[in-house]
Amino acid sequence: MPETTSILLVGVGGQGTLLVSSILSRGLVASGRDVKTSEIHGMAQRGGSVSTQVRFGAKVHSPIIGRGGADFLVGFEAMEAARWTPWLKPGARIVVNDLEIPPAPVLMGRASYPSGLVDVLRARFDATVVKAHAIADEIGAPRVMNVVLLGAFVEASGLTDIDWESVIAGTVKPEFREPNIAAFKAGRRAARSAKRAVELAATA
Amino acid sequence: MPELLTGNEAIARGAYEAGVSYASAYPGTPSTEILETLAGYRDVVAEWAPNEKVALECAIGASTAGARALAAMKMVGVNVAADPLFSFSYSGVNGGLVLVSADDPGQHSSQNEQDNRFYAPFAKIPMLEPSDSQEAKDMAAAAFEISETYDVPVLLRTTTRVCHSKSLVSLGTRRVPPHKPYVRNIPKFVLVPGNARLLRAKLAAKLSRLSEYSETTPLNFVEWNGPRIGIVTSGMGYQHAQEVFGNQASYLKLGFTYPLPIAKIRQFASRVDTLYVVEELEPYLEDEIRRLGIACVGKDKIPGNFELDPTIVSAALKGATAVQPDPVAVLPRPPLLCAGCPHRGFFVELGKFARKHHAMLPGDIGCYALGASPPLDALETCICMGSAPSIAHGAQKMFAKFGETTRAIGVLGDSTFFHTGMNSVLNLAYNKSNAIICILDNRITGMTGQQEHPGTGMTLQGEATTEIDIATVVRAFGLKNVRTINPNDLREVRETLKWALSLEEPSVIVTKWPCRLKKLNASDAARYAHRFRHLAVREDRCNGCRNCLKIGCPAIVFDTAREKARVDAGTCVGCEVCAQVCGSDAFVDGELEDA
Repeated sequence: MPETTSILLVGVGGQGTLLVSSILSRGLVASGRDVKTSEIHGMAQRGGSVSTQVRFGAKVHSPIIGRGGADFLVGFEAMEAARWTPWLKPGARIVVNDLEIPPAPVLMGRASYPSGLVDVLRARFDATVVKAHAIADEIGAPRVMNVVLLGAFVEASGLTDIDWESVIAGTVKPEFREPNIAAFKAGRRAARSAKRAVELAATA
Repeated sequence: MPELLTGNEAIARGAYEAGVSYASAYPGTPSTEILETLAGYRDVVAEWAPNEKVALECAIGASTAGARALAAMKMVGVNVAADPLFSFSYSGVNGGLVLVSADDPGQHSSQNEQDNRFYAPFAKIPMLEPSDSQEAKDMAAAAFEISETYDVPVLLRTTTRVCHSKSLVSLGTRRVPPHKPYVRNIPKFVLVPGNARLLRAKLAAKLSRLSEYSETTPLNFVEWNGPRIGIVTSGMGYQHAQEVFGNQASYLKLGFTYPLPIAKIRQFASRVDTLYVVEELEPYLEDEIRRLGIACVGKDKIPGNFELDPTIVSAALKGATAVQPDPVAVLPRPPLLCAGCPHRGFFVELGKFARKHHAMLPGDIGCYALGASPPLDALETCICMGSAPSIAHGAQKMFAKFGETTRAIGVLGDSTFFHTGMNSVLNLAYNKSNAIICILDNRITGMTGQQEHPGTGMTLQGEATTEIDIATVVRAFGLKNVRTINPNDLREVRETLKWALSLEEPSVIVTKWPCRLKKLNASDAARYAHRFRHLAVREDRCNGCRNCLKIGCPAIVFDTAREKARVDAGTCVGCEVCAQVCGSDAFVDGELEDA
């Protein structure tokens, strides 16, 4: 692992990237790493493209990731994941939610949502694709989609030396602990089975 | 145990630990959370002011009364506060006074990209520039000490990536300095020319002492890693440079950047083979270094526009091109007014009305600036806070002078009205144009994230207070034609605009409906309730005409394969603007349709 590891969390305003970066950074700090995060507020939050950055290591300097600088990309939405791929390092890993949220030009019927984005990401990158929104719906709490993705990321990144479930329990309100822990576990399971599916496809 | 804090939280914490007693601000990205954090500390009086000039003046009052005081604002807010700033620097302080300017390189949420470091030499006040949250906390505290020691207000200049990045901070305890009494001091605080001339000379002497301080303060330090490359840097530039060069370069890291440590810079430059200047935005440090006759590499290589990151600095100074994947083709995702935003219904009608009657549409700063974007296309200017009524007035006067029939319809928000829009509406009443002013009263400061203002009836620290009624204010200006309407009722909007257009006199239309993100109390929740929880499209009625797409609602999705509109029940809040533009009554109560 390089000196500093860079995680880019991207999605659409309102999807809950900030909670995930908050859980991630708490867990990483508790494990003794230096951490910096960066986020954008204001106008862009209104349904626009949003990005949150988390960097950790022995000593982190810059809080932001330049193009070609990210080790991990967590895409809360397919097109947002695709938008941020130029920020990836060679060999970087992607976790992407298989979800399409139409942007304004599509809502207005002036353009079509690009087809097959998830397949493009799978073909070009080391991508773990999960249906985080569907999993969250099954849990009965659509808003925990973000923590499903956190679980998938933890599995895909191998950052498993941290007791994430207690970090989650200490971050969210008591009444939301149960669905969030369930979401985290389901996210990890989904990432494992996505990986198995890829391996099977490779051997077939 | 150090805590992860944003730069804004750290500034608030530093001010708190340094014994700040008073803080005031007008919300503005990226500065807003400084006051929101201070508001949570007991022992600190924290307030939202209607604008930045008022915020700074209140802080001046608190300082003059002997307390440590802070005013915080985004960079364009300092323009508004510049009047008191440039003169109070002559007076100096009683209790320490710190002005936080939060700049926005990259214009993430701003109308320009001004580099407010230039305010320090211009207003003749010392400046500190933190580069992470620990420094933000430490410098906020140091700024109060410097302010009192040298009898000057101090500028603490941050940027978006300092304000909104989290890094580890060691916390201390609050230590309030002994209370200073207010002492009447006419020669110091009454800036009539006779006094001000003497104060100007005194200020020059203070700055000369501050120049000496700049040479010795640990806020300006050298990290020596050998003579090959030396980097003079400040703020976020330091972090990026460290990321790129690590211990392959030596650093002169400047935290106290006005007055600059001239001797220290000369000495550092003389010890290194190549001198780089790594700073975001304008060549503030570089110009000064070049003036000293020192050769350096800076803005000839490093971009002067937009924010920097390690990749950009590396490419500029090392010629290193990061290997980056080719982009995947995607569509833009511009921000949109929320589903159920009360501005939407108003803009749907205003846009149509303006096109039909050739109206000119000055706008203002707020979420409603999105009214200028397609498909609403219902605003035509967005310059600065409170400008819509004045621009509408000036334009209307000229339309009248040159015999043109165009009417100017100025649009601004409630918080913007209280900010500086009030003065502009007053001017319109006084100078008698018949411009039409629309005040979109969503009962909160929306874009910066739900801050109270004089029209909400609540203070920053949660006390109930006088609720200023906009219609009453504009009537007090002598404007007679004032109507308050529901912006979700398109017929009401249309008829009110028609009424305003028919008048020879100026008029004010107040649209009143709370921001859909605002947490409402029980009585407001009952008052501002929609009939339906969400809508749905009856497919048998939808004829695929796409009229509903012209309102730009994120809850409406058009299925191009089937040529039908669909409502996303989870996003829709039931405002019924879509139902009013649909020619075939396809939008119905969603719950009824579900059942």
